[in-house]
Amino acid sequence: MTEVRLENVSVRFGESKATQITALENLDLVIPEQQFAVIVGPSGCGKSSCLDLVAGLNRATEGKTLFGDTLIEKPGPERGMVPQNYSLFPWLTVQKNVEFGLALNNTSKAEREERAANYVEAVGLTKFRDSYPSQLSGGMKQRVAIARALAVDPEVLLMDEPFGALDSQTRSVMQELLLKIWQKERKTVLFITHDIDEALFLGDVVYVMSARPGRIIDTIPVNIKRPRDYTVTTSAGFVKLKRRIMSSLHDEVDKALAIS
Amino acid sequence: MSTMSFLDRYLTPKLAIPRKTEFGAGILVSGTILACWAIATYTGFVTRDFLPAPSDVWNSFVEKVSNGSLQKHIGVSLTEIYLGFFLSSVIAIPIGIFMGGFKIVQAALEPVVNFMRYLPVTSLIPLLILWIGIGLEEKVAVIFLGTFFQQIVMVSDVARGVHADLFNVSYTLGATRGQIVSRVLVPATLSGVLDTLRVTMGWAWTFLVVAELVAASSGLGYMILQSMRGLDPAGIFVGIFVIGFLGLITDMAFKWIKRLVLPWEYVGK
Ligand SMILES: Nc1ncnc2c1ncn2[C@@H]1O[C@H](COP(=O)(O)OP(=O)(O)O)[C@@H](O)[C@H]1O
Ligand SMILES: [Mg+2]
Repeated sequence: MTEVRLENVSVRFGESKATQITALENLDLVIPEQQFAVIVGPSGCGKSSCLDLVAGLNRATEGKTLFGDTLIEKPGPERGMVPQNYSLFPWLTVQKNVEFGLALNNTSKAEREERAANYVEAVGLTKFRDSYPSQLSGGMKQRVAIARALAVDPEVLLMDEPFGALDSQTRSVMQELLLKIWQKERKTVLFITHDIDEALFLGDVVYVMSARPGRIIDTIPVNIKRPRDYTVTTSAGFVKLKRRIMSSLHDEVDKALAIS
Repeated sequence: MSTMSFLDRYLTPKLAIPRKTEFGAGILVSGTILACWAIATYTGFVTRDFLPAPSDVWNSFVEKVSNGSLQKHIGVSLTEIYLGFFLSSVIAIPIGIFMGGFKIVQAALEPVVNFMRYLPVTSLIPLLILWIGIGLEEKVAVIFLGTFFQQIVMVSDVARGVHADLFNVSYTLGATRGQIVSRVLVPATLSGVLDTLRVTMGWAWTFLVVAELVAASSGLGYMILQSMRGLDPAGIFVGIFVIGFLGLITDMAFKWIKRLVLPWEYVGK
């Protein structure tokens, strides 16, 4: 079983003790294979730091980050990432952006083009395959970023508030699209958001994070059957879970504001 | 047409204006300058020994072309400038990219580069003449020294400006460090590098003319100096205009190259 496992990790930024910022403290988290895991928490609580640990983009000051049995020390194609700000390559067309990862490992041109074209189609951008990122809207850019990450067939997909910059209509369309793709691909997903509705709509399990220094303060299995569409967001079960998350987050936001 | 007043239409910052008006405004200003020049000289308001009339400059131009001297001087100057500029760019661009991309390269080179950057290259001309004479090599050296360190600094700024997120996402797609440099850092700097080349090319012209004015046996700067010695202001003007036009053509070439190699910056525009 290749699960993602954070064991008692702490992350501190800054060299001197006086100015040090503790982003995460003694955090434990296990994400089983194929789970759609969502971390929700107030802004600045250390969500990105947590995701970066799994991505291998930063190192824990204390504790261990594991993928299966191997220690995560650097980024790798088995852990794909969809950043909040899209980070597309402006000099490449949509199709070439999606091919980027495949071109790195010398996948043959024919296979590369076919795989990329499939994912471009899966995110509904076939008509825009020869467009450059500057010609796309925010939602379209984020779809390219998702297709680009999926094209290299990662085992885990890491998403850092990917829809945070989108307007709410576009965001709900993107959420449904993501679920549709995930239903087919069944990858482990670690999804980060500060939006409770988004967390509950998408997740198998929602992990609620405390204000800084971040820890997991609540683990909520979301027993809402799939496939889900937007109508579930008004169901009684959904609202009950939402109230539970809101009440624990409410205190945390209070704390966060008092800190800063 | 809309009912916008003249003030609203043309004196609102950044508001787009019709293309015809844009073109017309350029013609109007250049035309006015030309007309003032013609009136001042043909009416005798200023003597033509002081300021030659447009026709004097034209005649001098025709004469220099028909005896072949202008082509020779242009050839010499272009060879010097392109050689110096090419050598400088070919070395400065990779150094600049590595300096902007790698902190260690920056730390190692920054003191030297910044010291050299603030030395006015014109102050090195006497030394260069002593060392390598007044021929092609010296002009190339002046242009090289004048542009090289500026290019390094400007290119390294461009490379430093590439967002780390682009590297991070590439790592998660499986990129090695080498691939990060070749497939992310270099293409991401392309646009800024071309801008740097365009700006430094303008400076290179200045350095060239200064070097040719100080000591040379041919070239446009030399031609201008000879005209001065012969009390021939029309000849000086021919030199100035030719330099201006060559600069204009080079600038247009850069814009054209940019459109060609950076299609993504021009889509939908
Ligand atoms: N590279 C860094 N250097 C210093 N402090 C950082 C760095 N990255 C994050 N932090 C700090 O760590 C805390 C958690 O940040 P982050 O993980 O980005 O939170 P979130 O994603 O939940 O908003 C914040 O207070 C932030 O200022
Ligand atoms: Mg964040």
